[in-house]
Amino acid sequence: MPSTTIAGRQINVNDEGFLLDPDDWTEDLGAEFARLIGVEMTEDHWKLVRYLRQDYKAQGETPTLRRVSTQTGMPVKQLFTLFPGKPAKKMAYVAGVPKPKGCV
Amino acid sequence: MTTIDHDVQTETPFVPSFDTPSEEGRKLAIICSKGTLDMAYPGLILGNAALGEGIETHLFFTFWGFDMINKKTQSSLKATLLGNTAMHMPQGLGGIPGMTHLATSQLKKAIAELDIPEVPDFLDQIVASGGHLWACRLSADMNHLTEADLRDDVEGIISASDFIEMTAGAQLLFI
Repeated sequence: MPSTTIAGRQINVNDEGFLLDPDDWTEDLGAEFARLIGVEMTEDHWKLVRYLRQDYKAQGETPTLRRVSTQTGMPVKQLFTLFPGKPAKKMAYVAGVPKPKGCV
Repeated sequence: MTTIDHDVQTETPFVPSFDTPSEEGRKLAIICSKGTLDMAYPGLILGNAALGEGIETHLFFTFWGFDMINKKTQSSLKATLLGNTAMHMPQGLGGIPGMTHLATSQLKKAIAELDIPEVPDFLDQIVASGGHLWACRLSADMNHLTEADLRDDVEGIISASDFIEMTAGAQLLFI
């Protein structure tokens, strides 16, 4: 199992680099994850990250982009602006939850 | 893969590579040629998935696929038993009045239960994600349709050669 040191903490990650145990997550760690992938966190970013963590806890799986958009009311276009390129995976990484499995 | 010496503590943090050079410039073109509800979805699902991976995606609508972008028909695509043995029902049943309606509402229900949007909403989402929609010139001419008949976000009615030119180097899917 790979481990790495981020924000001064040694954490366990999967072979892609995603945090292995969502319970290891803290806001400081999330902020550092974001910095490392070149995302500058704003209140909108945090709103999404908090939603992802809360939904993951409730549903046992990471929401897809569509679910994030319908549940938070944030337009899909904005999700792509906030987390450019691969929004679903990037926000999951910052939130310390696994990447989403759903197709849509 | 990059994991070899991450078991030991390294100086550089191990971070997912979201922008791998091998995927830079990857481009996908999907030709949607079917106008039945069941066959509208494969292109939409794959196109949407590609956009979520940061891949430049073009959807080209031709022949019956035109119904997916025609404002008049995009909300009323249907599924039918006829000619579709994968429905595992006697083909004779498919001709009975009401059967197409039944098959369509069953499929719509199953799709809605999975929180998958209907065709017009799905295309909205694809465009919002940066996807490009194109219409086929020949299909437009055959059906006497103009840009005014199509969704406003269709970027143009283009010829087969325009399409070939535009998709140079792209991966192609014909559905």
